[in-house]
Amino acid sequence: MFRYLLARLATFLPTFIGVTLISFMFIRVLPGDPIIVMAGERGISEERYQELVVKLGYDKPVLAQYWDYLGGVVQGDLGTSFVTKKPVWDEFFALFPATLELSICAMIFAMALGLPAGVIAAVNRGKFFDRALMSSALIGYSMPIFWWALLLIIVFSGNLGWTPVSGRIDLLYYFDDVTGFMLIDSVLSGQEGAFKSAARHLILPTIVLGTIPLAVIARQTRSAMLEVLGEDYIRTARAKGMSPARINGVHALRNALIPVVTVIGLSVGTLLAGAILTETIFSWPGIGKWMVDSIFRRDYPVVQGGLLMIAVIVMIVNLTVDVLYGVINPKIRKR
Amino acid sequence: MTDQTTTSAERPSALREFWYYFSENRGAVFGFWVFVAFVLCAAFAPLLAPYDAAEQFREHILLPPAWQEGGDWAFPLGTDPLGRDMLSRLISGSRYSFFVGIVVVSIAASGGILIGLLSGFAPKIVDTVIMRVMDIILAFPSLLLALVLVAILGPSLTNAMIAIAIVFQPHYVRLTRASVLSERQKDYVTSARVAGAGLWRLMFITVLPNCLGPLIVQAALSFSTAILDAAALGFLGMGAQPPTPEWGTMLAESREFILRAWWVVTFPGLAILVTVLAINLMGDGLRDALDPKLKRS
Repeated sequence: MFRYLLARLATFLPTFIGVTLISFMFIRVLPGDPIIVMAGERGISEERYQELVVKLGYDKPVLAQYWDYLGGVVQGDLGTSFVTKKPVWDEFFALFPATLELSICAMIFAMALGLPAGVIAAVNRGKFFDRALMSSALIGYSMPIFWWALLLIIVFSGNLGWTPVSGRIDLLYYFDDVTGFMLIDSVLSGQEGAFKSAARHLILPTIVLGTIPLAVIARQTRSAMLEVLGEDYIRTARAKGMSPARINGVHALRNALIPVVTVIGLSVGTLLAGAILTETIFSWPGIGKWMVDSIFRRDYPVVQGGLLMIAVIVMIVNLTVDVLYGVINPKIRKR
Repeated sequence: MTDQTTTSAERPSALREFWYYFSENRGAVFGFWVFVAFVLCAAFAPLLAPYDAAEQFREHILLPPAWQEGGDWAFPLGTDPLGRDMLSRLISGSRYSFFVGIVVVSIAASGGILIGLLSGFAPKIVDTVIMRVMDIILAFPSLLLALVLVAILGPSLTNAMIAIAIVFQPHYVRLTRASVLSERQKDYVTSARVAGAGLWRLMFITVLPNCLGPLIVQAALSFSTAILDAAALGFLGMGAQPPTPEWGTMLAESREFILRAWWVVTFPGLAILVTVLAINLMGDGLRDALDPKLKRS
């Protein structure tokens, strides 16, 4: 197990270096001088320009610059935003809980519907339920989620008036961040209606972000279940006279879950990409919207830092999934 | 898909066999015909569209679809906020989506297959380096990387296509390499080598044709993902720029009217969904037909 862990870490490090290299290069391959961009419309004096060149280290050789950058990254220094003048690291962690909360809700939504849908489809293979569920899954999988979001807004916010269109909570409520999760903080604040407001704001973004993972999980669960249902131990269980609910729900599903869990872990990247669109549409103050806004504002240190942080998060999650997979399934370790 | 027709020119039975397995999946056949309709629509867009996509009818602004009250059969799907005919814009939009799909898949597949072949045949060090580089690209969520690449290159449809192609490339590299590695073990490759086949011949003529199955399926799937991603970039303002009638860009332009005029939002998205769905249905059928493991022989 230890060797397996080491082997996985050995591939993690070069990828991490590569990812920092890409984010380092990002600012340098942009057309135009970053200092001029930072100065904005007002322009900049020659004196101040030289001062900044030295301060930002642009006078050093590129390799030395990269070394400095890497040293900074390891210590949590991702530079300062051009616009807000705040450290990118602090901004990232101020906004990350919003994205995390949305992603967790979306994943719960996707699993709560996707797992049963996959099991029902597999058990009723070829019948009406299977066809209906799998057609819906394929539609969900093909869905342009930015359009899906607009449709839901038209129906639920526009026509029915059930849900708000943007933000995390009504402006009526104000309380300090404790955990950064609006659902928890609103309860802690003790204000009446705050939790309900936060939950109502979450519904549509959760559905939108969860749609594609839902479709993927349903499809994956179905095919994993079909594979498991053909195994001998299922036949044995049936022969023993076990109830179908117990066979499908316990014996089969448990074994079918292994590939499904992998898919769930690996869809973190998809989730973060989806968060970019979902957060932009619902004005959700998370890192997805932050990245898009920063690209438009040409706030390059933020784009650079955000890009790196998101890649690192995806890498860490993938690594964890790999390691957990090794723990669950000893066969993988041997490879 | 073009590969399929070229092989069929030499071996007509292969195409028949392919169609036999493909047509067992009714959804796939349905998807195939929708896709054909989409291609024809893109090819003959100027003939099919009743008006020019950019023509503005200032006296018919935000006209609802013809079957609704206040609609006009001169504009079957209504008009947008600038009085442009929705149907004509949607028909012209099919050209952009088709173009995006073709260009992205060609660039990503040709580059990816080439690198994958090299990686599969090259010494271990080169192979490791290539695969690490691909791992690095895959560490970034694809849409985010595409978005940042477009920020570097400047927002336009061409740059969006380049960015998406770069982001898709690693999938082809991995897929090609994996098939090459398993094919290389087989006897026919050894015998070709013993017969004196050179490296290039081994790579492109002996091994590559036998790796095409999963690559064709991947091509179909990334065709649809390319359309989705290009539309997403257009929607974020980082793809095709207005007034181009690209479906994602059309959605972005009409966002502020969502509560007043449902049709300007609904139809472009529906066009994206139907196209992507058809291609994905077809992709499932291709997988059934081309994956030897699933073939019931």
